[in-house]
Amino acid sequence: MHMFVVLARLAWRNLWRNHRRTLIMLAAITLGVWAMIFMTALMRGMVSQMIADGISALPGHVQVHHPDYRDDPSIANLIPRSDTELSARFVDAGFVKWSSRVRVPAVITSEYESRGVTLLGIDPDSERDLTFVDYDAVEGRFLSASDDSGVVIGKKLAATLNTEIGKRVVLMSQDPDNDIADRGFRVIGLFEANVQSFEENYLFAGKATVQKMLRIGDQVSEFVVLGEDYRDVDAEFEKVLQLVDGNVEVKRWFELDPYLGTMLGVMDGFVLVWIVVIFLALSFGLVNTLVMAVFERVREIGLMLALGMKPINILGQIIIESLLLLAIGLALGSALAWATVQPIKDGIDVSIVSEGMDMWGMSSVLYPELLLSDVVLANVVVLVLGFLASLSPAWRASRYEPIEAITKV
Amino acid sequence: MSAVTCVDLCKTYRQGEVDIKALDHVSIEIDKGGFVCLSAPSGGGKTTLLNAIGGLDRPDSGEVIINGRRIDNLPKGELAELRLRQIGFVFQAFNLIPVLTARENIEFVMQVQGVPAAERRQRAVEILEEVGLAGLEDRRPADMSGGQQQRVAVARAIVSRPALVLADEPTANLDSKTADGLMELFRELNEHHNTTFVIATHDKRVMSYAKRLVRMLDGRIVDDINQDAA
Repeated sequence: MHMFVVLARLAWRNLWRNHRRTLIMLAAITLGVWAMIFMTALMRGMVSQMIADGISALPGHVQVHHPDYRDDPSIANLIPRSDTELSARFVDAGFVKWSSRVRVPAVITSEYESRGVTLLGIDPDSERDLTFVDYDAVEGRFLSASDDSGVVIGKKLAATLNTEIGKRVVLMSQDPDNDIADRGFRVIGLFEANVQSFEENYLFAGKATVQKMLRIGDQVSEFVVLGEDYRDVDAEFEKVLQLVDGNVEVKRWFELDPYLGTMLGVMDGFVLVWIVVIFLALSFGLVNTLVMAVFERVREIGLMLALGMKPINILGQIIIESLLLLAIGLALGSALAWATVQPIKDGIDVSIVSEGMDMWGMSSVLYPELLLSDVVLANVVVLVLGFLASLSPAWRASRYEPIEAITKV
Repeated sequence: MSAVTCVDLCKTYRQGEVDIKALDHVSIEIDKGGFVCLSAPSGGGKTTLLNAIGGLDRPDSGEVIINGRRIDNLPKGELAELRLRQIGFVFQAFNLIPVLTARENIEFVMQVQGVPAAERRQRAVEILEEVGLAGLEDRRPADMSGGQQQRVAVARAIVSRPALVLADEPTANLDSKTADGLMELFRELNEHHNTTFVIATHDKRVMSYAKRLVRMLDGRIVDDINQDAA
């Protein structure tokens, strides 16, 4: 321990003997670490938002369907169990955020236009926490009950259909016998969504009303459960597996939308690559600084060896010097990243490029996401790689012959 | 037992195309408590011999024995340990660690030895007083004169009471008064603590303090005078 104190003191003093060089290197490390963490937070935010929007379109982290529903999401593939019976099980299991829905393709017709849409028959009470629609922000009103006879459509769809609140539209789909099932609905609300395509493609009606229209009795298309964190849905998945039986399929969100799931995996890998790439650029400066520090201290290192310091201690001193430099740079860079994320954590408006963002299924507000795990990853990667980068100059210093080093001009 | 025994030491340096014999079959035995001056013109081999005795340089052939232990074939780590525990060094120049204060430079060896902090501090302050540098404890080498730096180096070399002190031109940067003071200190330590001194020099004043004067020329010992007897 006493040796570590000696080495740490020497390393610290040596670090500041050339203030300018150390400060330049510190600035480079700080900037690099800031870039690693800040840009990662932006990218994370972007991907998270994309996934969140994607999940809110699904919506639900864990879903139960008929095994063929994903291939043919039609009325022919409803869950072959009673909605009432399964719902009772979900209530008993203690799920907080869950819902059951009828979700079928349909055609909506106004007096001017027709459009293909996805009809969602929902229970507005249980759906409140799951859907991407903010009930309170709906123009007009949202559905009040499962047997509400109105329909809520997106503003963009309303514009396309040239309809408005109070007007009637006709929804048309198929019943289980492949006969036309249609019904007139009054438009009671218009919603806005982060993603414009949601406004065009989804519409909401009461679940009971839709069941009656489609003549499907007490059946639904899906049961959905929302967990606390989309990254960790295994607990909910296992619980749902225990609840359901028979001819149904239970899937997690990333299985239902492999593109989103892969995106999350790619993002984790990309963050690591990004951090390593920035570090590689930094490492040239770091190694150069250490090599110079060793080179201008050859005689001093020779003196310490002559006085009885072991080569391993010289190695340790140079490595501690490098780690001190990195630690200060990491602390400053991490703090700076945190400080720059704080003012924009409520979102950055990127609506100027909203069409492009929408194409990728992303909203026009970007929320940076500063994850502790990313900060830790950046710090650990920089420390570990910095340690490795400092080994070469440190090793070189420790191999000096004392007398040759002392007499070096 | 002898403090230092060198048997048939040879060391050749290559300078360009020319081989220079720095040590040419040198044998010497120095008793414990000896006060020996190695005197030679530049290139005579005195520094090479001093470095071989201190384990800083390996001879091409021959044996170096310090306090009964052969050291010329020891690995680097063990040589470092030997230097740390048994030998004090004073070099001609570049003696101090620039980032440490005078007191910290003196404490450095003791700190590496593992001497407790309080004892270290007390001994450092005492030895600074002994070499006439009381009050300069917190100065860094850059803020001291050459003579003051050399005295700090001497203080560091003797503070942990090594059995053997090796000094290479210790008075080269000192005025005559300071040089005399330093040599008095060496003799005092030699007499009171039985510390063995081997000093390489061509300063006649330094030679006059030696109990034994060994003259070298072209890597050979050409004269070995017991000055105490004379």
